[in-house]
Amino acid sequence: MLTATLAETSAALHAGRISSVELTRGVLDRIAEHDPALNAFVTVDEEGALAAARAADAALAQRTAGALTGVPIAHKDVLMTAGLRTTCGSRMLARFTAPYDAHVVAGLKAAGTVLVGKTNMDEFAMGSSNETSWFGPARNPWQRDHVPGGSSGGSAAAVAARLVPGATGTDTGGSIRQPAAFTGVCGVKPTYGICSRYGLVAYASSLDQAGPFARTAEDCALLLNAMAGHDPRDSTSIERPVEDYTRDLARPLAGLRIGLPAEYFGAGVEAEVGAAIEAALAVLRRLGATTVDVALPNARLAVPVYYVLAPAEASSNLSRFDGVRYGHRAERYADLADMYRKTRSEGFGDEVKRRILIGTYVLSHGYYDAYYLKAQRARRLIAEDFRRAYAACDLIVGPTAPTAAFRIGAKSDDPVEMYLGDIFTVAANLAGAPAMSIPCGFTGAGLPIGLQLQGDYFSEARLLNVAHQFQQATDWHLRAPAPFA
Amino acid sequence: MKWEVVIGIETHAQLSTASKIFSGASTAFGAAPNTQAAAVDIALPGVLPVANRGAVERAIRFGLAVGATINRRSVFARKNYFYPDLPKGYQISQYEIPVVQGGALVIATPRGEKTIRLTRAHLEEDAGKSLHEDFHGMSGIDLNRAGTPLLEIVTEPDLRSSEDAVAYAKALHALVQWIGICDGNMQEGSFRCDANVSVRPLGETQLGTRCEIKNLNSFRFMQAAVDFEVQRQIALIEDGGAVVQETRLFDPDRNETRSMRGKEDAQDYRYFPDPDLPPLVVDDGWIERVRATLPELPRAMQQRFVTQYALPEADALALTASRGLAAYFEDVARGVNGDAAGAKLAANWIQGELAAALNRAEIGIERVPLPAAKLAALLTRIQDQTISGKIAKEVFDAAWAGEHGSDADAIIAARGLRQISDEGAIERIVDEVLAANAATVAEFRAGKEKAFNALVGQAMKATKGKANPTQVNAILRRRLER
Repeated sequence: MLTATLAETSAALHAGRISSVELTRGVLDRIAEHDPALNAFVTVDEEGALAAARAADAALAQRTAGALTGVPIAHKDVLMTAGLRTTCGSRMLARFTAPYDAHVVAGLKAAGTVLVGKTNMDEFAMGSSNETSWFGPARNPWQRDHVPGGSSGGSAAAVAARLVPGATGTDTGGSIRQPAAFTGVCGVKPTYGICSRYGLVAYASSLDQAGPFARTAEDCALLLNAMAGHDPRDSTSIERPVEDYTRDLARPLAGLRIGLPAEYFGAGVEAEVGAAIEAALAVLRRLGATTVDVALPNARLAVPVYYVLAPAEASSNLSRFDGVRYGHRAERYADLADMYRKTRSEGFGDEVKRRILIGTYVLSHGYYDAYYLKAQRARRLIAEDFRRAYAACDLIVGPTAPTAAFRIGAKSDDPVEMYLGDIFTVAANLAGAPAMSIPCGFTGAGLPIGLQLQGDYFSEARLLNVAHQFQQATDWHLRAPAPFA
Repeated sequence: MKWEVVIGIETHAQLSTASKIFSGASTAFGAAPNTQAAAVDIALPGVLPVANRGAVERAIRFGLAVGATINRRSVFARKNYFYPDLPKGYQISQYEIPVVQGGALVIATPRGEKTIRLTRAHLEEDAGKSLHEDFHGMSGIDLNRAGTPLLEIVTEPDLRSSEDAVAYAKALHALVQWIGICDGNMQEGSFRCDANVSVRPLGETQLGTRCEIKNLNSFRFMQAAVDFEVQRQIALIEDGGAVVQETRLFDPDRNETRSMRGKEDAQDYRYFPDPDLPPLVVDDGWIERVRATLPELPRAMQQRFVTQYALPEADALALTASRGLAAYFEDVARGVNGDAAGAKLAANWIQGELAAALNRAEIGIERVPLPAAKLAALLTRIQDQTISGKIAKEVFDAAWAGEHGSDADAIIAARGLRQISDEGAIERIVDEVLAANAATVAEFRAGKEKAFNALVGQAMKATKGKANPTQVNAILRRRLER
């Protein structure tokens, strides 16, 4: 039962086969047993989880429970959780207790979920390996000397290791999809504006978007139902009717037009990854989909554009961490400038500092036009590519990442090499469009491979439908890493 | 050499919204430190700004009042710098595309009217306050003011003297209150000006190097600061030196400006569009709804006063110093009687006795204890000759003090101030005065015209000022010329 999917767990709770308190105790025990090997959690809230579980059991008894009532989940530690430590994986906030709930946290709380803890992440969501966390790297449950991906590495690892049936993440340039691919789980990055960013500690505001992790598309849909929705506290939150993201799950794929951009199948994609994607496409064709070649001529610009715009916004967003009002402050300093210098030098790790420096540079007088403005123009071209492509297809399919998970430390000395791993994921953020990753195979070494589905704005239900149908025909998502099965 | 002074002014007007520009916290002045700072104002991690429609609406009001262009789409930008009272490490402002562009303000100067062009007016948030006293070598931070909505109003370099600068600042100060977007309280910092000052040889078309004088929070300081700065720059150039572009601070104790930071210390603010706030969109419907609520503007009202009441321009200008004053005047003028004489009488009394009384009581027209209708009733008694202008001042003082419910007729009756207009009675008094002042009469007859006034004075004195002075004059003249 403890390793069941979210939908199975929900059914068991509603049928009374297990109580939320029993389930939660079991989950807490599993975390205590396995997390030391994974470092997926930064904080475990036993007391809060059991209190929430008791409330959930009461709701279940009174038949006022919903699909998520009593289901244990974890939140990425970049989402504010009232009364609970929220660190962003940084020394800067290592002892910071959030005074309020993020919108998506409140949504999942209202839906009756049981929050068991906060998951590890790259510092301030900056990284693709979870190695930049102040709390040490989270590990890939499939091979513990490999990274789980990042920045939402802890959530992905926790779901892959069956420590929780679902978790939240945030995705600024692939931070949900790439770790989902690396750990063999599903992860959804919704259309920008679907999930309110209120309470999501900003990395790059125009790109950040929260989304769910789970083992199945159906579970992701259930979680997204509780996370989405307009929030007047976020001016970029979109006002549109509430959707049921499970509504299209059963829809047959006949007539589905899948776009295949040559740019996603060229050099740089590992052969094993390419083969797994081809095999997945064969499954989708068998299910009734047709494929069509589409062009994303500006795809090659996505990584450089992303690594101008995201650091630019980050350099400004992270200015509030100045040691004045909360968070880390250097112990000894001579004056105000010294206090800032020491506080931020001590509080931030290297990758965060690197991006603050890059961002400060590209916004500086004399460089703004050449970098920031140019990148904004290129961003529009990238979005335009998608718009044209979606005239000919319903969604775009390709690898989530060019490789499977890599060894811890393998890329830590080469940031550019690390950044290039984001090549297939950043474009969706730049365009603001939805995308998800589902497991579609393994490498010879036994590491998961992820299939990325991208769609036009607000096509989440369609993406989830395709993913669900794929999962009805395959069992990649059911495979569990041996030590955690 | 003849020098020309060139001044441009930037004003920060605090907009009179109940809540802050990007959060729901109150903007009320004077609360205990940090009690009016919401999560957004203290920049907790994860919080987001939401623009206050009331602040935008006030910016639109201003734009319409100065005939500016309201940009249908303007952009909030981040101005990045570190300071402890700037919680986010950036100020949300508008940079490349402000909500209000262009427009002009007409000001009255001793050399006549002048049109001052406005460059722009943009919305931004205020910072908090650093408190450097009372913390034993440390600084305190009060974030109550952080996030208070400001409209920064920028002129073209169209002002040519400290008098121009002050006239502009006063006109702007009056206007923002007139249209109800700012309380104008300069002590509390609701209206603060920076002056950009430069000088150039008369006839030169290139601008000289300017210095910016920060935070002029009174008109007197503005005048003194600009005067000092102009003299400093002229002296510097005449001595063979050159003005260095810098920011200066006015020290009111020493009546001088002092360098605060030079151009080389100018920070690179790294402005960029705030990704948390979509472009501010103002549609025609919104603009028209705001236009419909705009009051008659001071200039239009001045012109109407001149035509409708036949008032001199100076009176029209003075009476439109504030909406409250203008409304009071119109109420009094209507109450006296609609004609030009009545309006002029009202104008004179409001600018004379009433202004003096308000001054003495240190209150503004909005707290005047004498209702316009009561003053009108009093002035009516001057018009119908029930009392003289001189006696009217006594009645005014009593009415101001609330005597007899400020009712002029009751005061006149109770104090026996009704004017003596009975021909026979005045003749009797005049005869008595003539009999008692034979020497003065003799002087008059010897050609000393002044003696006549002395005799009038005696007659008025004998009636405690109540005799109709016109009649006294006429009767006395008749008697003496007999």
